Amino acid sequence: MLGLDADRLRADLNRLLAFLFHQGILDEQYLQLQQLQDESSPNFVSEVVNIYFHESEKLLRNLRSSLMDREFSDYDKMGIHLNQFIGSSSSIGAKRVRNVCVAFRAASDQYNRAGCLRALELLEHEYCILKNKLHELFQIEQQRLLAAGVRYPMLN
Amino acid sequence: MDSCNCIEPQWPPDDLLMKYQYISDFFIALAYFSIPLELIYFVKKSAVFPYRWVLVQFGAFIVLCGATHLINLWTFTMHTRTVAMVMTTAKVFTAVVSCATALMLVHIIPDLLSVKTRELFLKNKAAELDREMGLIRTQEETGRHVRMLTHEIRSTLDRHTILKTTLVELGRTLALEECALWMPTRTGLELQLSYTLRQQNPVGYTVPIHLPVINQVFSSSHAVKISPKCPVARIRPAGKYMPGEVVAVRVPLLHLSNFQINDWPELSTKRYALMVLMLPSDSARQWHVHELELVEVVADQVTKFVALRLLHMFQISMLLKALDLYICIMNQVAVALSHAAILEESMRARDLLMEQNVALDLARREAETAIRARNDFLAVMNHEMRTPMHAIIALSSLLQETELTPEQRLMVETILKSSNLLSTLINDVLDLSRLEDGSLQLDLGTFNLFAVFREVLNLIKPIASVKKLHVSLNLAPDLPEYAIGDEKRLMQTILNVVGNAVKFSKQGSISITAFVAKSELLRDSRTPEFFPVPSDNHFYLRVQVKDSGVGISPQDIPKLFTKFAQTQSTATRNSGGSGLGLAICKRFVNLMEGHIWIESEGLGKGCTAIFMVKLGIPERLNEPKLPFMPKVPTNHGPTAFPGLKVLVMDENGVSRMVTKGLLVHLGCDVTMVSSSEECLRVVSHEHKVVFMDVCVPGMDGYEVAIHINEKFTKRHERPIIVALTGNTDKVTKENCMRVGMDGIILKPVSLDKMRSVLSDLLEHRVLFEAI
Repeated sequence: MLGLDADRLRADLNRLLAFLFHQGILDEQYLQLQQLQDESSPNFVSEVVNIYFHESEKLLRNLRSSLMDREFSDYDKMGIHLNQFIGSSSSIGAKRVRNVCVAFRAASDQYNRAGCLRALELLEHEYCILKNKLHELFQIEQQRLLAAGVRYPMLN
Repeated sequence: MDSCNCIEPQWPPDDLLMKYQYISDFFIALAYFSIPLELIYFVKKSAVFPYRWVLVQFGAFIVLCGATHLINLWTFTMHTRTVAMVMTTAKVFTAVVSCATALMLVHIIPDLLSVKTRELFLKNKAAELDREMGLIRTQEETGRHVRMLTHEIRSTLDRHTILKTTLVELGRTLALEECALWMPTRTGLELQLSYTLRQQNPVGYTVPIHLPVINQVFSSSHAVKISPKCPVARIRPAGKYMPGEVVAVRVPLLHLSNFQINDWPELSTKRYALMVLMLPSDSARQWHVHELELVEVVADQVTKFVALRLLHMFQISMLLKALDLYICIMNQVAVALSHAAILEESMRARDLLMEQNVALDLARREAETAIRARNDFLAVMNHEMRTPMHAIIALSSLLQETELTPEQRLMVETILKSSNLLSTLINDVLDLSRLEDGSLQLDLGTFNLFAVFREVLNLIKPIASVKKLHVSLNLAPDLPEYAIGDEKRLMQTILNVVGNAVKFSKQGSISITAFVAKSELLRDSRTPEFFPVPSDNHFYLRVQVKDSGVGISPQDIPKLFTKFAQTQSTATRNSGGSGLGLAICKRFVNLMEGHIWIESEGLGKGCTAIFMVKLGIPERLNEPKLPFMPKVPTNHGPTAFPGLKVLVMDENGVSRMVTKGLLVHLGCDVTMVSSSEECLRVVSHEHKVVFMDVCVPGMDGYEVAIHINEKFTKRHERPIIVALTGNTDKVTKENCMRVGMDGIILKPVSLDKMRSVLSDLLEHRVLFEAI
């Protein structure tokens, strides 16, 4: 019984991953992260992703508050933040988020406030998608491991 | 009775004879009166009647006669005298008129008779003409038949059809009972019945050919009447009462063998067929001349057309064959002509080649002679010139050491300078000639690269300081200290280039940079023909010498490396030089599988000389200076680098974690720092590799690298510094190089990439870039 469930869940997982790859939401870097997860660090991926979420949300809040400010002019600082975002996104393989960040940075280099606002909205949107999908991924993973008889720590 | 004055008739009134007379008279009168009436009636009806007045006269005569007889009727009975008077008058008149008429008729009757004869004559004539016209019509019809027949003959090819048609047409035209054709047999001794008109399948009657009647027919070209009883005519079933006339005519036969190519075939051949024509029996028809003529014509035509047809066919086929042959011949001729042309061409080419060979031979021998002469000269000069030169230089320098007056010193210095120049010139010439020979070989050996540069610097420093030029040397940190190559010639090259820089600069500074060229930089757009292939045992040394001198105009740049060519500016003339230096350098560099070129933005803007040469990397094992790590085998196991102490500096938490994860997975002992101060605090000589994130556009990463470099003065203690960056543009690369980093890795880093990077780094200590 349990074994069948695990197989079904694994199939679901693979299908979801394939979908995410196909949509360009994730790329191979995510697979690299998965490769680094082994017995010594069984929660590697989830830890990295959690850190990513924390940092990204902080960053997005910063960006929004900066742009909402009428007298905003410190594009350089925003550029630095965006670089960080780009770096972390590419580290976990969030391709679409990263691409939007690159565009955002381009707009910021040109001091284009309207462009930055647009990019920010798009970025928030993409980030939401990513977060939802990754949560879904982890849930399936968790269920699969449960079904396979392995204890897995709950995600926050 | 006397008083009545009557006249008594002569006869008694009731006599029978009187009665008859009375009746006759009455009828006579009647007839006489009716005749003119009739005459008038019919004359009026007729259109033309020339004798009217005759008619009137005659009419009057008749009327009078009638009147007489009428009056006579009254005389049979008792009649008065008046009647008798009238009667007498009438008679008198009648007599007169009849005599007149009688006299008239004498003239008229011959005329009438002659008219009648003419009429008869004309009628005869008309009948005759009718007859003739009928004849002509018949002839014309037969002529038409002949034409049709010939047309039929002409339109068919088949001889049998022709003959059959002929018979049919003839039969129809002439309304023959039977028409037959006798053909000679193969043997030529008999005639065989071949075609008949009525019988569908004639039985094969034969008659011998030499019958007299047949001979008679054959000997004449006309149609000959023959007896119906002769054998050729006896083909009808017997029992006819009266056989019709029979005519036979010869039909000349022609064969292809009669045709000569040049002559028209003669018809005087001896082969004939016999055509027999029989008129219908029991008819009185006879052969008419025109019919015979027709038969002859047809017989002639038949053969002629058959012959013509055959002839035409034959001629056409011959013509076609001739045409084919002609075309064939022409083709052959064309082929032969082209062959001949080719042959002639090849003969000419061969002659030309032979001439060229002879000329080349001569040239070769001359060249060999020249080379031998030159070699002899060089051999002689090499020794003979160097010895006195050496003596002069040596003794002049010795003289310099002694006590001299200022003028003497000046003189000696001049001598020394000049003789040095001369010596250089001689060496250059000799070297160049040997280089051109291809007889020059590099002396490969392991040498200290840094020492070479230092030597060059030492050599050039005095001159430069005299000219107040500042010379700086930058050696890249990744430059290996030892290399395998031709030390002397390399030094010569560097010296030449640097010397040129010094020579052509009046002020300013000269900077010499040397570093290891990487694959991207190797492929310079300015040197598209240079395709260096880096390998494991070699590296490409790139030396750039930049000066702030007079510069070179762009159009002179290509000439720089040509022998004996000098730029035209007067400034250079004073500095002397043979113009061979760069040419020799180019030769050396080429020998070292490299490339040399000069860039200048123009006159007065200084110039940069750049060259790349391939040098070998000496083996490390006998190198005591390298620390710790023996060569790590690049197995792809998860713990490829056990216990390797690594420091990771990254502000970005996520990528820091990822990098740490990667390195932990590879078995390294990872320390993480998130700021440059922390990094500098933590870094120690235990750390072998420092991964530094230089994503930030600020200078943090680079400053750290510089600080680390400063902290660890000795190379072997310093950890390998690798930059982790998201972009690999030129600026970043140059910055990394500038601050002395050992390598750049482009993020994101995969596990395999990290593994290979680490292994490369630890093995070679030199990896400038990994994408």
